[in-house]
Amino acid sequence: MPQEALVGQQGDLFPPDMNPFEGVDFSGLERSLRRPRTLVSVLLSGLVTAMTLLALIPLFSVVWMLVWRGGRKLSLALLTQLPPAPLEQGGGVGNAIVGTLIIILLATAISIPIGVLSAVFLTQAKTGNRLADVVRFAAKVLTGFPSILAGVFAYGAVVLVTGGFSAIAGAVAVSILMLPTIMLTAEDALRMVPWRMQEAAIGMGATPAQTAWMVLLPTAIPGILTGIMLAVARGAGETAPLLFTALFSNYWPISRGHLHLMRPTPSLAVLIYNFAGMPFENQVELAWAAALVLVLLVLVANLVGQSLSRRQVRE
Amino acid sequence: MVSPQVIDEGFVVTDAAQVSRPPSPFQKVADKAFRRLCWGLAWLSVLLVAFIVLRIATSAVPAVRQYGLDFLSGTTWDPNKEQYGILPEIWGTLYSSLLALLIGTAFGVAAAIFLSEGYLGQFVFQTLKVWNLQLHPLWGKLPDQMEGLLKNLIELLAAIPSVVYGLWGLFVVIPLIRPACNWLHMKMGWFALFGTDLSGPGMLPAVMVLSIMILPTITAISRDALVSVPSKIRMAAYGLGATRWEAILAVILPTAARGVFGGVVLAFGRALGETMALAMLVGNANKISLSLFSPANTLAALLANSFPEAHPKEIGVLMYAALVLLGITLLVNVIGSAILQRASAGLEGGK
Repeated sequence: MPQEALVGQQGDLFPPDMNPFEGVDFSGLERSLRRPRTLVSVLLSGLVTAMTLLALIPLFSVVWMLVWRGGRKLSLALLTQLPPAPLEQGGGVGNAIVGTLIIILLATAISIPIGVLSAVFLTQAKTGNRLADVVRFAAKVLTGFPSILAGVFAYGAVVLVTGGFSAIAGAVAVSILMLPTIMLTAEDALRMVPWRMQEAAIGMGATPAQTAWMVLLPTAIPGILTGIMLAVARGAGETAPLLFTALFSNYWPISRGHLHLMRPTPSLAVLIYNFAGMPFENQVELAWAAALVLVLLVLVANLVGQSLSRRQVRE
Repeated sequence: MVSPQVIDEGFVVTDAAQVSRPPSPFQKVADKAFRRLCWGLAWLSVLLVAFIVLRIATSAVPAVRQYGLDFLSGTTWDPNKEQYGILPEIWGTLYSSLLALLIGTAFGVAAAIFLSEGYLGQFVFQTLKVWNLQLHPLWGKLPDQMEGLLKNLIELLAAIPSVVYGLWGLFVVIPLIRPACNWLHMKMGWFALFGTDLSGPGMLPAVMVLSIMILPTITAISRDALVSVPSKIRMAAYGLGATRWEAILAVILPTAARGVFGGVVLAFGRALGETMALAMLVGNANKISLSLFSPANTLAALLANSFPEAHPKEIGVLMYAALVLLGITLLVNVIGSAILQRASAGLEGGK
């Protein structure tokens, strides 16, 4: 009986014959599931919870399948041997792992200087600089760029020009997709460098280049590396741009001490795509094992990136 | 702590000229060169985008001249007869992306609300309260940690490469949904959506996997928009006696609507350009069908499947298809980021 309780508490303020809460229906303020608005609220909360849990099922399913089907094949042979011919047993994905690393390394080497130094330009440019706005717009366009079109471009610009499928062509295609991530995260990281540090450098008589090299970049390096690792994680998993630029090969990309950059190069992603469509049990098993290796590679890159981002100096 | 005397000593022994001196000629040149380099590389990234668009466009010119607009409305793809048309691919691209967007938005926004309204944190807190552990130095942090874990798990969905999703769709999703789909076709075959049976790859598995792939984008951007709704507005709604969902539906979602919408448009752009999962799951059939179970094709999957073994004449035609895909995705992405920019500008003004 809230009504009487309230009157009883404030009996000193109001005379007993005067009830200020007269005619107020306090039962209407109680939370009751019989009221449609409360019921709707509770039901919708339940619905949202169920949908969120449902959305996580694919993640657990993918991880479970990778561990269960891919984990069975995981062995030293998987990491060191060449892919088997159809109907052959055993074999591994060693050349694809090496090929993926070569392509990613080349792509990172292309996209780091462009991305990081463009970011330096973006942070040093005065507000309202036309070129800076255009560069940012270009980076945003590249963020949403379909990966297959990067492959189409590299095919037209590298494969047709050099006359063959190669690791270089694949790296060019992948670097286009890595560039915006590197550039935009590097810009954020550089902007987080405390302005006081830059002012101190300028006050000491440092030139803008010295400020950038000795203060800005070293301070922002954890953030920049985060962007690079995230870009590597994205680039390693890309298949579409490699399909008709690096193509695939059943041989080692390095043989007798020579690195064959101008030949078709195998990669984990393309290997998964090719083997998934084959009617042979052994190849399908290898595709799952390769998927496990690829996901582990991507996860490690992601985790390294995230742990680096915690070291970023913030104002 | 360094005592002041030490600093004083340091300055006494040092000659003023050694602490600071004007840049040497070499440093001046190096400075200029470095600035020019940064400027040049910034230009390079702009030119790269222009060069990509130009390169694809110029390679497509001969095919555009030869086939003109009939290319967009043609329905046959026959390299032997040199007849090319991409209407089925355009239809498949839009149909699969829109369906995936429908599912992805429903689940993505639901997950964003779940994350931004602190449901999980509250649940963990209440559970801890049963054992009176909610203020414990170790267990008391659990609600926040669980929220962070859930957010990372949903972001992890985006980290899995699309070819792995394709593999998963091929060996898990298709066998799983096939009996249900064929039962639906048998019982309700008159309904256009169930007009054919699922005989392997098809539209529905492709759409399901695609919606899983775009969900993290929608959730991440929507959650940012929902979290940045000023808490004054939220508190005002609760203060007026609104239930949680009255506040969400009438106040919080409308305030964050632009941000959510921008995220949805960006996810649409991603769905349009997604290649591998679709190339593996959609069936690569040159068909226009409303049925969810019929195989179909998309522009990106067409490029992925035809490019590796295309002969030179077909390359030009494929470049034309790439140009169409480029046009559609560029348009969608520019609209999406414009909406997002206006959304964040609008919220900053309202604070």
